[in-house]
Amino acid sequence: MRVTVRLFARLREIAGAAEMARDVAPGATIGGIWRDLASEFPALRPYERSISSAVNADYARMDTELRDGDEVAFLPPVSGG
Amino acid sequence: MCDVGFANGKRAITPSFHHPIPYTGLMPPLLAIGSEPLNLERLIGAVTERADGSTGSDGAVVTFLGLVRNHNLGRRVLFLEYEAYDPLALKTFDQISQEVDRRWPGVMLALHHRTGRVDVGDASVAIAAASPHRADAYAACRYAIERVKQIAPVWKREFFDGGDVWIEGATADPTDDEARLHAERTACA
Repeated sequence: MRVTVRLFARLREIAGAAEMARDVAPGATIGGIWRDLASEFPALRPYERSISSAVNADYARMDTELRDGDEVAFLPPVSGG
Repeated sequence: MCDVGFANGKRAITPSFHHPIPYTGLMPPLLAIGSEPLNLERLIGAVTERADGSTGSDGAVVTFLGLVRNHNLGRRVLFLEYEAYDPLALKTFDQISQEVDRRWPGVMLALHHRTGRVDVGDASVAIAAASPHRADAYAACRYAIERVKQIAPVWKREFFDGGDVWIEGATADPTDDEARLHAERTACA
């Protein structure tokens, strides 16, 4: 199945893309997607403990299982205001 | 009031994306994110022109404007660039609005955040809270900006004299009750 990964702020810059498509096995979790990304872009690794994640524009835990067509987002620590 | 417990709100809480006033397009939106310059008058209009027939019941509006400062950590700031995950930001603003509604029943909150480049002296965030009495409006307004900084998926990149840097603050966790209570204590200090 295919999911869309969205990255923001510094994470987007590290990966060089705001959005990317990923083919993943059924049962894949947000955490699994993150681990694949961190292997591909080692500079993401320091964010492991400080990121938040979302599925289809709702905050979601890293153990959330994904479905075909989901939009997964990884969010570095926020700094609005 | 600040000394009243959290759970005594008498209103039913709608669980998901809920606006206290249905947005008809005739009034300014209560919650917004985008690249348009912020206009405090629009927020004041949004919180005081109540669609439920209670217009006129407010005795106070407290507003907050967050401005881009020309200095940060010893650096001379030239401008900021804001990025957001817009749909999640709006849902987060809605969560903050619902939290305010539970904690300070009767307060109407408006919250607008800007994205894109914001120059020194311009506003990046605007909040208005209307209430029959001023104490609740002050507390709700302070609470809302504290919560924005904790959980809104918004990021600022600082362009300063000599470079640029992404500012990274809190790990956003809207379910973290400790953080929410910290914001509540700050609002009521």
